[in-house]
Amino acid sequence: MDAFVNRFKETPTFWADEISMLDGFGSYDAVKEFSQPVFEIPAVQNANCTDENSDSECRIKIEHGTTTLAFKFQGGIIVAVDSRASAGSYIASQTVKKVLEINPYLLGTMAGGAADCQYWQRQLGRHCRLYELRNKERISVAAASKLLANMVYPYKRMGISMGTMVTGWDKTGPNLFYVDSDGSRYKNDVFSVGSGSTFAYGVLDSGLDYELSTNDAIELGRRSIYQATYRDAASGGSVRSWEFIGLYDVGKLHWEYCGL
Amino acid sequence: MAGSYDRALTVFSPDGHLFQVEYALEAVRKGTCAVGVRGNDCVVLGVEKKSVLKLQDPRTVRKIVMLDDHVCMAFAGLNADARVLVNKARIECQSHRLTVEDPVTIEYITRYIAGVQQKYTQSGGVRPFGISTLIIGFDPNDKTPRLYQTDPSGIYSAWKANAIGRSSKTVREFLEKNYKEGLSKDETIKLTVKSLLEVVQTGAKNIEIALMTADSVIKNLEIEEVEAIVSEIEKEKEAEAEKKKKPTN
Repeated sequence: MDAFVNRFKETPTFWADEISMLDGFGSYDAVKEFSQPVFEIPAVQNANCTDENSDSECRIKIEHGTTTLAFKFQGGIIVAVDSRASAGSYIASQTVKKVLEINPYLLGTMAGGAADCQYWQRQLGRHCRLYELRNKERISVAAASKLLANMVYPYKRMGISMGTMVTGWDKTGPNLFYVDSDGSRYKNDVFSVGSGSTFAYGVLDSGLDYELSTNDAIELGRRSIYQATYRDAASGGSVRSWEFIGLYDVGKLHWEYCGL
Repeated sequence: MAGSYDRALTVFSPDGHLFQVEYALEAVRKGTCAVGVRGNDCVVLGVEKKSVLKLQDPRTVRKIVMLDDHVCMAFAGLNADARVLVNKARIECQSHRLTVEDPVTIEYITRYIAGVQQKYTQSGGVRPFGISTLIIGFDPNDKTPRLYQTDPSGIYSAWKANAIGRSSKTVREFLEKNYKEGLSKDETIKLTVKSLLEVVQTGAKNIEIALMTADSVIKNLEIEEVEAIVSEIEKEKEAEAEKKKKPTN
């Protein structure tokens, strides 16, 4: 008798396939999409083996060293990054692209694990494009950053290392958000992320003014990155700034700024 | 797998009809009439209220519902099905606010409701919803009035004026004859009431009107206001009749 009752106990509104079918027409319900990854994550479930602070033996050394910054001013947004990838004390590359184009009007920066940033921002780009197709209008920066934050939250404490700034132009003007793999998402007018961020903040905060001209703002961004690379061993290479203003070798910049 | 239905109830007939969906449309045709009219800067929903039984509390029988602060919906068909769909739509409105940090656009929520209605024509063990809906509202930061209709098959489209439910064909023909672009607020309300009067013989006490304007302000007209409009319309009709009766020299 119980078996018979159980067969008809489930009401139609709670079937598993209903939840997956909702994706068909673009429902962004964070509650429904909160799912554990389907694959087994080895050994990371219990110990945060990528975090040097919690586990001194830190089995997986992720490339953390970087300086990225972005700030809003009257002419829009300046995004400036360095281009060094370090694995511990080894400099893996001096020419890493740390500004990732999510789509032609949305930018993301990379700080933390390079693979994590690249993968999740590609996924974000996919979702943003789907949003555009379904709703016939561009996604807002607020919504895009929220999508990214919601995508990585289920993997919290599982070893993702990503500190990214999502920025771009939408209906409400230029916007700048900071999203990281701990689940934080903040909105502000100026951010600097990475091991060299403290150095960059110093220069940035002392020179920052909303009324800067475009050239002055570019120069400020460039100078801040340079100063950070000067002091931070893990940052270096060249300054890459958005709208692809230019690629400035910090070695040469050193002579420009200090050799006077 | 025990506990889940796998056989679809809505299947194709040999000549390509989904009979369950068509029967659902029949159920809609038996429901009370609902009319929506889009004006220049406002949109009006009017519904036929079934006579309230003596012991029934009239305030608990509402056919115009709010899905969010800026979206309003009326339906025709099975009231219980409507309750379920309205509930889902309300949740989706809030969910959208949470994940996209913006209120829904009217087209989005209509697409969602139509999607749910379509899903129930293509799932195991369920029947289609027996309701058609009229959804009105203004998109956030937009002054364009919007009116959409969905039906049990999951089709949705935007309308300038439409009617669903009992005698919807008559009302729609009336609207086609009398609708003009750029109607003012009062003209829109008057047209809605006039078209409902084609169906509702008993007058103002069986008509409910809701008006929405660009600042997402929803006004449910009081019964006195509706009565005033009805008497105005009747006076105009009498004047027309008098003019026709007078012999033209």
